[in-house]
Amino acid sequence: MPRSAAWTRYNWRTIWLSLLYGAFLLPAVYGFKHHLIPGGLQYVAAVLPALPIVGLFIAMGRYLAEERDEFVRMLRVREMLWAMGFTLSCATIWGFLDSFGLVGRADGYWIVILWYFGQGIGSIANKLTLGASAR
Amino acid sequence: MENRLRLLRAERNWSQQDLAQRLEVSRQSVNAIETGKYDPSLPLAFRIAELFDLPIEEIFVSPSTRSSKAI
Repeated sequence: MPRSAAWTRYNWRTIWLSLLYGAFLLPAVYGFKHHLIPGGLQYVAAVLPALPIVGLFIAMGRYLAEERDEFVRMLRVREMLWAMGFTLSCATIWGFLDSFGLVGRADGYWIVILWYFGQGIGSIANKLTLGASAR
Repeated sequence: MENRLRLLRAERNWSQQDLAQRLEVSRQSVNAIETGKYDPSLPLAFRIAELFDLPIEEIFVSPSTRSSKAI
């Protein structure tokens, strides 16, 4: 896969946001486990780890806006379309299974994990349909 | 879209990487255009035409022309 300047910037943003996610999540988990976080602050502590994840989606949008190579941008957009289709399909199927009481509730953050898995499927689809051009 | 990009590049002894650098795109983009797997945008098609100093229609084969010839 080609590595453009925009892709490098996207990767760095992803690394920093992942570190920030860890920095917010670990104290929140510790604080909730040991009942150290008072009333209203619990909402703040719970939402803080989600913000870097939101940042990841913003980083994806910025990457698409900054990528100057139109073919590479098309590859990424195709990957994201696969990710969106895969994630929404999984969420819909799980929702119906849940509604009929066949499965337990799933934590919302699985959406992000499914999204990245869907991007991986999209990458494979690009390689299968575009061959050497997508490598 | 069918095109003569590979031929024009070969005439100048350019590698795909050489052409990609001249067009400021990735080598993968050149490969995808040459093999007809990706149709370039109009601005990129103009850049290609200007680089080879040829009209666009002498590099890219219009799909409608191609299908009418087939008929």
